[in-house]
Amino acid sequence: MKALVWHGTTDIRCDSVPDPGIEHERDAIIKVTSCAICGSDLHLYDHFMPGMKSGDVMGHETMGEVVEVGPAARKSLKVGDRVVIPFTIICGECEQCRRGNFSVCETTNRNKDLADKAFGHSTAGLFGYTHLTGGYPGGQAEYLRVPFADTTHIKVPDGIPDEKLLFLSDIFPTGWQAAVQCDIQPTDTVAIWGCGPVGQMTIRSAVLLGARQVIAIDRLPERLSMAKAGGAITINFEEESVIERLNELTGGKGPEKCIDAVGLEAHATGSVDSMYDRAKQAMMLETDRPHVLREMMYVCRPAGVLSIPGVYGGLLDKIPLGAVMNKGLTIRTGQTHVNRWTDDLLNRVLENQIDPSFVITHTEPLESGPEMYKTFRDKQDGCIKVVLKPGMNGGFHA
Amino acid sequence: MHDVVRRTALPGRSQSSHDKMARSLGYFSIALGIAELVAPGEICRAAGVRGLEPVVRGYGAREIATGVAILTSHDPEPWIWTRVVGDLADIATVAIGVQQDNQSKGRSALALAALATVTLVDLACADGLNSEKGSRKTATRDYSRRSGFPRGLQATRGAARDFKVPDDMGTPELLRPWDDTRGIRQN
Repeated sequence: MKALVWHGTTDIRCDSVPDPGIEHERDAIIKVTSCAICGSDLHLYDHFMPGMKSGDVMGHETMGEVVEVGPAARKSLKVGDRVVIPFTIICGECEQCRRGNFSVCETTNRNKDLADKAFGHSTAGLFGYTHLTGGYPGGQAEYLRVPFADTTHIKVPDGIPDEKLLFLSDIFPTGWQAAVQCDIQPTDTVAIWGCGPVGQMTIRSAVLLGARQVIAIDRLPERLSMAKAGGAITINFEEESVIERLNELTGGKGPEKCIDAVGLEAHATGSVDSMYDRAKQAMMLETDRPHVLREMMYVCRPAGVLSIPGVYGGLLDKIPLGAVMNKGLTIRTGQTHVNRWTDDLLNRVLENQIDPSFVITHTEPLESGPEMYKTFRDKQDGCIKVVLKPGMNGGFHA
Repeated sequence: MHDVVRRTALPGRSQSSHDKMARSLGYFSIALGIAELVAPGEICRAAGVRGLEPVVRGYGAREIATGVAILTSHDPEPWIWTRVVGDLADIATVAIGVQQDNQSKGRSALALAALATVTLVDLACADGLNSEKGSRKTATRDYSRRSGFPRGLQATRGAARDFKVPDDMGTPELLRPWDDTRGIRQN
């Protein structure tokens, strides 16, 4: 089959690889109908996340049709079922899964020892996201083996386009969890850094959850225009001071809830701390660029909440923990517990409360995937979200 | 209105011609750096300068470091600019160290011509890499009609206000906003 394969820093290729097969009785095989490139895939493309090996298949936003089911998965799946695959692989049985903390499933990371060393304790296995999270082949491919398939799936009805459902796999529940864990009150101002795909979903989630004011921060006019369309007041950080503007919009008190939808590759080109981060990163003295975290910690209202869906991978420097401690801020973060939210979110899509396909700017054949990594990373051609379709002829941008 | 930055990846590849060019310059940098470290005397002779072997060795170390940085970085652009600065240092060194005999002058002229060519290649590469990135000046697609709310923004605002936040993600009671008018904490 064809699949997008990681070969090294900024080197992704569409290769022929062996078809996946059932390896365990809880497995299923999915024929992929749509998959997407996630912003966090760019951390692999740019090789900021450790634990990739040449030959790894990329991708963790996938949906398709079940074509083969292992005997132990047949109680909940059958051939022909239409499913969205959550990016977190979950057993559904361990203590964390029973609590709904699916992204830290204790069972599914088959490289637990590696993850224990890196993070202290293992997290869940993830599709196509380094050997630290199990080294499972990803879903930017024609077929995907889904381990623990009886629990690792979201069944979706026929008759609705893939584009409305695909993002249940990651970015929609990620944006939703980012907003939910802020416990948004009707009096709250929610500030969201980053208007990429997760940021856009977070903005819509905060609006749905009834925030008094949602403020979105980015530098690209097209992303800011999409954020504004979703109900946000926008700040272009290359044209105005984020701190001053946020204080101005909140009567000098700062936003109650701050959300980092950027993560480890912050582009704050003009700031002193970002130059410091780039220099340290170049000398391998720091892995991540935490400009957004610093800004959030500084500007957040005392007793506020910092929500961090943005992906961080390693060691960060010059974090103003004094501000966090003295202002009594709460930090909530983590990979998304996808299946905790998807029943509710699927209903919201079916009820036409939200149509997540708004974020798609490019739809392309799987074979164009390598080009689209570069296009997405460098913000070319107005690219915000790429959907790839195996077997498609020609591409288009909306 | 500015044009949107066009796609620059080569067909079927996740890199552009400028990315490829940068990689070639990375390898060139390392090869030149090794030559400068191993044979600084020969390099000086070829450039028509004398007594600058320690300087050439230092430049060799710089070339190797830059080359490694170009090949390992996800964004080689700043390192290509570093090469441009290095090129200027090389040119200045040769220009200052030119000897007065005709043979040396001829060699220096050739070396300066070669360095100028390399500088132009580096400049073209750095400028090309820079122009491939979308920015506030180049990214102008209009997505202002994409609310994502089929029933419209106003009709949808607060539609999920009744969503029950799980206990493990809720705000502790003592941190909930205070309603001065009613003397109670808000939900």
